[in-house]
Amino acid sequence: MKARAKFLIGSGIIIVTLVSLAYVGFTQNKTYYHTISELGMLHGAALHQRMRVSGNVRAGSIEHLSGRVDFVLEEQGRSLPISYTGRDPLPDTFKDGAQALVEGRLTPDGRFNAEQVQAKCASKYEATPNQTPGAAQPGRT
Amino acid sequence: MDIFGSFALILAFLAAVYAFAAGIAGAITRRPLLTRSARHAGIAVFGLVTLAVASLEYFFFIDNFSMAYVAAHSNRALPAFYKFAALWAGQEGSLLFWSWLLSTYVFLALFVNRNKHPELMPYAGVVMAGVEIFFLTLNNFVASPFGVLGGPDASGTLRLAALGDGHGLNPLLQYPEMVIHPPMLYLGYTGFTIPFAFALAALLGRYPGEKWIHITRRWTMIAWCFQSIGILLGAHWAYAVLGWGGYWAWDPVENASLLPWITGTAFLHSVMMQEKRGMLKVWNVWLVFTTFMLCILGTLLTRSGVISSVHAFAQSSIGNWFVGFLALAFIVCFWSYWLNRDYLRSDNALDSLVSRESSFLFNNLILLAACFAVLWGTLFPVLSEWVVGNKISVGPPFFNKVNVPIALFLLLLTGVGPLLAWRKTSFDALRRNFAWPVIIGVLSGIVAFIFGFREIYSLICLILCVFVTLSIASEFYRGARVIAARDGSNILTAIGDLTMRNTRRYGGYIVHFGMVLIFIGIAGSAFNKDVQMEMAPGQSLAIGPYTILCQNFDRVANNNFESERATLEIFRNGRSEMMLYPERRFFLASEVTETMVAVQSKPLHDLYVVYAGRSPETGKPVIHAYLNPLVKWIWFGGIVVVLGTGLALLPNRRAALVLKPATEQSWGDAVAKGASPIGAVARSSDGHD
Repeated sequence: MKARAKFLIGSGIIIVTLVSLAYVGFTQNKTYYHTISELGMLHGAALHQRMRVSGNVRAGSIEHLSGRVDFVLEEQGRSLPISYTGRDPLPDTFKDGAQALVEGRLTPDGRFNAEQVQAKCASKYEATPNQTPGAAQPGRT
Repeated sequence: MDIFGSFALILAFLAAVYAFAAGIAGAITRRPLLTRSARHAGIAVFGLVTLAVASLEYFFFIDNFSMAYVAAHSNRALPAFYKFAALWAGQEGSLLFWSWLLSTYVFLALFVNRNKHPELMPYAGVVMAGVEIFFLTLNNFVASPFGVLGGPDASGTLRLAALGDGHGLNPLLQYPEMVIHPPMLYLGYTGFTIPFAFALAALLGRYPGEKWIHITRRWTMIAWCFQSIGILLGAHWAYAVLGWGGYWAWDPVENASLLPWITGTAFLHSVMMQEKRGMLKVWNVWLVFTTFMLCILGTLLTRSGVISSVHAFAQSSIGNWFVGFLALAFIVCFWSYWLNRDYLRSDNALDSLVSRESSFLFNNLILLAACFAVLWGTLFPVLSEWVVGNKISVGPPFFNKVNVPIALFLLLLTGVGPLLAWRKTSFDALRRNFAWPVIIGVLSGIVAFIFGFREIYSLICLILCVFVTLSIASEFYRGARVIAARDGSNILTAIGDLTMRNTRRYGGYIVHFGMVLIFIGIAGSAFNKDVQMEMAPGQSLAIGPYTILCQNFDRVANNNFESERATLEIFRNGRSEMMLYPERRFFLASEVTETMVAVQSKPLHDLYVVYAGRSPETGKPVIHAYLNPLVKWIWFGGIVVVLGTGLALLPNRRAALVLKPATEQSWGDAVAKGASPIGAVARSSDGHD
């Protein structure tokens, strides 16, 4: 039984280590998914969390400025201005009308500062009725 | 012809149902005739699904665009090679392909064992037929690949509407590896059905003895091997096609393929505990069950769209079917376990913490922890939406944080485990076996540190890789030295001889060595560099030892795509080394733009160049160059893993004397105690099927 007890202690140490690693990794890395309409209802700490938002790129809203790309995401009649400041080029699929998923944080002035943009063009292969938001095509930006 | 294909599919479904029902009847009434006819029905399923697959392929090759599936996934200009692969480009076709691979496995399992294990095969046949019924139900009634375009006209007769040309194959899939990667991964996923069937059959039939565990282990090795190939090809495809400079992103679909691989790996190790010491029987059975259920879960995640992924699969309500099947599989597993749990009583208990047993236990604990962490991270968006009503996702940093330490600990066990004796290892033996590998490993770590190698995980990984490689080498050397001394042969011949005498043990070591190579490659990613620059012809950029000079930009076109291409000359130390041509292709049929990466792969690093399009401000082309150290080692390590697994599947050349399992010792101990060479060889034998 002694060996068994030792093994259980060893396992306990391993499991506790891994759980704490997982907890730390989780708290540093969790990202909330919100719809554009939900963003207006957030308050307090929830406003400053890292989050993902998806929507369609409003036609003609893409503006290339120095060091950033501005565009507007629309979903169910609501819109959200986005500034993309990441350094990777935007994916091939990112164009007017594309479905895009942005990841980043809200800024106090109501813009969304995106660090990552994934986009999926309204392609004919994946034209499906119940599209889950964020089922993005490759182009990990 | 579409009638032909769907008719074959219906017949396949009926044959599977018959195999299932007659198999049960045969097992209960013990009438050999029923059992035999059930087996024949199981074999017939294979033939019928093959006909259905052939019929769908035929439509692709004759460009029949009245078939909905063909019209959606092919076009006239598509090269024949890809027309063949378009079979598995979409939901319906890939499910048919899945059924076909499954029925192929079932056919092989039934055929190979047609005159063997009369107590086991009827039950196994029933389980296999049960799984086939599920997939054939999907093929026939939920996602039929034989749908036609058009509909009934005014008079009620069916009018076919054929398109002039199809929509074309998703350009991401127009890459040679895409022709091999899905079949390999599917061979892995479907392959785990066979060990599952044997394990469940042994439990249901209370099969006496441990023979079933040998059969299960071999089929698991086969499925595991394909799963490994599939995962690595997928990683390589992501690397070579997606153009983001990496090969693994902890995407849900990648994770889904990793989960059964992890539990399969755990089973391949813990099964030895059952063979040698009669321990962990419940655990093993559940590992096999879990592996199978994770395969189904993986399919569910991939296809239902419950979790967003970069892998574009048509999303549909088909997920519910998989949820139902998963629940049913769990109930059947749990029920048969509960009824027969006394059958799985352990023969032995753990003797010492420093023993082969405990190294396997830790190996399993760690693998399961990894599996759980990956599963948790993957399912978190779904779970959090259920529980707190908010989708919360975690990204790669979470997975890395948990899995990197786990992987390093596993690597340590890879070196330690095989050198420990069963039951208990003495301190002397430890010192003898580990002194040199540990000393040299730590020394190489110190040298690397002095040379400015400061990334802590990579440094640990380096030390462990050296240690594991040396401990594997010492195992080969020690065994071969004994044979060489006895036969008077040279050491290399003796190594070959040793390996062939116990393919499973030494094949396993080769797999371990392949994993070491993969670890080296992954550790290299800590030193990745990249540069992005707008380049006009004549400009150059520097990355690592290379200078990239932009020569030209041009356009190429054929009837499948138009492409814009950069011509880059690569200089190293002022000498021109080669040309690279990164491209962006615009596919005409699908109107999609794709990046074609140019990679120059060398053992020490890959130079990976992407043509990222033209800068919207200046109109100048943007080149993104990556220098990724050691990536090639991953692919090479994968080849070694596959060769090692293949070797382990070979039968032993000579039947060695087999002593009682409990007296089994590690090589080092056997030799050191001055046991006679022949005795030592016999003792180390793991006894193949």
